[in-house]
Amino acid sequence: MSLLEIENLTAFYGDFQALFGISLSIDKGETVAAIGANGAGKSTFLRSITGLVQSDADKFLYKGETLKGKAACDIVGLGIAMVPEGRRLFPSLSVEENLIIGGYNQRPGNWTLERVYKMFPKLFERKDVAGTALSGGEQQMVAIGRALMSNPDVLLCDELSLGLAPIIIKDIYDALPSIKAEGISILVVEQDINQALAIADRVYCFQEGRISLSGKPDDLSKDQIAAAYFGR
Amino acid sequence: MIEWANTIIQGILTGGLYAMFATGLAIIFGVMRLVNISHGDLIVLAAFVAMVVIETTGVNPFVSMIAVLPVMFVFGYFLQRGILNYTVGDDLLPPLLVTFGLSIVIQNVLLEVFTADSQRLKAGALEIQSLQLTEGLSIGVFPLIIFVTAVVMIIGLQQLFNYTRLGRAFRATSDDAVTAQLMGINHKHIFGLAMGLALVLVGIAGVLMAIRTNFDPSIGPSRLLYAFEAVIMGGLGSLWGTLLGGIILGVAQNIGAKIDPGWQILAGHVAFLIVLVFRPNGLFPRTRDD
Amino acid sequence: MTDMAQAPYKVVRSTRASKIGSVIGLVLFIVLVSFPTWGDRATIRLLVEIFYILALAQMWNLLAGYGGLVSVGQQAFVGFGGYMLFVLTINFGVGAVWAVPVAGVLGALVSLPVAFLVFRLRGHYFAIGTWVVAEVFLLGFAQIKAFGGGSGMSLPISVIKSISGSRAGRDSAIYWTALFVAVATIAIVYFLLRSRHGLALTAIRDSEEASNSLGVDNFRAKLLVYIFAAFGTAAIGALIFLTKIRISPSAAFDINWTTTVIFIVVIGGIGTIEGPILGTIIYFLLREPLSDFGTWYLILLGSTAIVVMLKAPQGIWGIITQRFDLRFFPVQRRLRLKKDD
Repeated sequence: MSLLEIENLTAFYGDFQALFGISLSIDKGETVAAIGANGAGKSTFLRSITGLVQSDADKFLYKGETLKGKAACDIVGLGIAMVPEGRRLFPSLSVEENLIIGGYNQRPGNWTLERVYKMFPKLFERKDVAGTALSGGEQQMVAIGRALMSNPDVLLCDELSLGLAPIIIKDIYDALPSIKAEGISILVVEQDINQALAIADRVYCFQEGRISLSGKPDDLSKDQIAAAYFGR
Repeated sequence: MIEWANTIIQGILTGGLYAMFATGLAIIFGVMRLVNISHGDLIVLAAFVAMVVIETTGVNPFVSMIAVLPVMFVFGYFLQRGILNYTVGDDLLPPLLVTFGLSIVIQNVLLEVFTADSQRLKAGALEIQSLQLTEGLSIGVFPLIIFVTAVVMIIGLQQLFNYTRLGRAFRATSDDAVTAQLMGINHKHIFGLAMGLALVLVGIAGVLMAIRTNFDPSIGPSRLLYAFEAVIMGGLGSLWGTLLGGIILGVAQNIGAKIDPGWQILAGHVAFLIVLVFRPNGLFPRTRDD
Repeated sequence: MTDMAQAPYKVVRSTRASKIGSVIGLVLFIVLVSFPTWGDRATIRLLVEIFYILALAQMWNLLAGYGGLVSVGQQAFVGFGGYMLFVLTINFGVGAVWAVPVAGVLGALVSLPVAFLVFRLRGHYFAIGTWVVAEVFLLGFAQIKAFGGGSGMSLPISVIKSISGSRAGRDSAIYWTALFVAVATIAIVYFLLRSRHGLALTAIRDSEEASNSLGVDNFRAKLLVYIFAAFGTAAIGALIFLTKIRISPSAAFDINWTTTVIFIVVIGGIGTIEGPILGTIIYFLLREPLSDFGTWYLILLGSTAIVVMLKAPQGIWGIITQRFDLRFFPVQRRLRLKKDD
């Protein structure tokens, strides 16, 4: 049984339909990438999983239980944490407070401030400054650490590389394998195809609210991906 | 000379009461971005709740808070969750007009139930005791208690906001309610708690006010204006600023009253407008990391 | 022009309802204009009150509904206009009816320094700031000995007699002034909103950020609305105290002037011209039977306003237009596909 199993998910913003029958699954410990152009519906899909966007689906199961109708604030307590697009750190909170509030739900687990600081030593040096005073890359580290503090089983990462310098992106992505090694399933949404293909066990390509292609990175040709990504 | 010193000291102490009115308003705005026009009427409501508690049980006003404060907390929580949460958003009109309607409803319900008669809560000898500082200079014990309470209230709120789990949740929700939900924070509940907390402060302020001055159902709006003026003069950024704003207001009113009794309230408003002209962002403007 | 002719749509602002409405409006107008010649005195006085409340409501609606300026302090201008009526007629010998527009101009002038103060307050705080200013007016006028201080003053008999020698003549003159003020405020708001300024205002109301980026000068547009509303409100204030003959600070600067019109506009439908008209009708229909219940009437109005704001923020008129697509005062431009014609 998959950890997260979604079949035929649809989502609307008002009258505008953003997702048309998305089916996707994630196994325990697996890293899955969702790629696609801007506006393809990847972020909306993540927001549907976290309950921030209302959605409907034939099957919307997490650990065998339905997520349908669950409030956004209850979903993190089930073990689904999100690193939102644009980091979204809380400006009134210090770096350390941003991390602490990640564990607000008090879900048991073994992530601690010490472990996050060990993973991102830069953060320890700057733990008392306002989260938003950090560089973009450091903010992204806080956002990842904040999500880990909730002791998740699934980590949803929305556009980790957006607006960051390549060298910083590398630092961020280098942290993912150690997170995966904890047995955490990861779903990354990326516009940067190469970054996504490098770390993913499986890839889904989104196009105009639908999944246009899926499979293991090694099984997919460049042309196939280009076609699924950009359309014809 | 000594007379003026007296006037200013009285004004400072009165400022403590205004700061107390203002903290509740500041918290509601700080967490929910909501300006509550019924704030003053809620202060008066708390005074009447205390009056009922005192009349039915015979306790003194300070003890009555044991009942008044929980009542105000629960009222605030459900007011927020039942009504005001539906007005939170980018549009300014709904929160203003709903709390304005609420203000009229509270005033008129109080008027219907308690009539327009002027009331006062009795705290016995404490009301008239005073401390002799020097020759001709003395301060009332009760005004001093109010001022100290305001200071303790501000310190307590700062501790709560800066160092507790709930305080972090208040700040996070205020920054970004959507992302706060991803942390497992139920923003609707947090808003309810913030309003509950604000009404506890309102409750304390209302009871202390009712011992110090006469009250009736119509005085709410002027308390709203004092609270508002203290908050704006303080500069939205810090609770200590709010205390300073309250003190300026209190001192201005007392000086005005000394010149001519008709000038008391007017002098307070004028002081506010002067600060608004020269320091439109208040004396302690909001900074990002406080 | 040829481009427009080829386009598969045209821009229309008049609606069928607006055409029928103008016919009904004309008949109504004739009835109302001739009313003092055949109506009874009590009804004339009631209509005068209805007219000035309607006019006040239109002014507040212009401010809040279109300008996004929620003022709780418009009583400052009502009272100021009222006092100016007394000053102009008593001290400067201006005719009582002419004093109404002049009081409006003075109100517009005094609104400039007021705007300088209250426009420093953003969003929500603007509302309470306007209230503080109104309190300053109240307390300030109470200090002016020449105006009778806190107890106020009356309009001298000579001024009253100068309107007309007979009581019926005075009633008619005041009635026509009130009718003119009500019609004029509606007409001016209507044409203001159909003008380029109106479009700018609607853009500001719908999204301050977006209109800023479109180069609409928010501050200037809002300031103009504020000044215009002050003009109208002060003129209406002069009219109100012409009917009351007595003025005192507590009556002139009474928050209830604003409370009443807020309820009328919110319940009727904010941001439309029809809303305040409907709201005024509802207000007076309910007030007549419920006036004995005083406080309960206000509790009812307050709760209704809360419920309307929460459940149907477009007000009763908004519900009606949604159901029936009725618009008597079409201020918005609408795209019509040609095949609809």
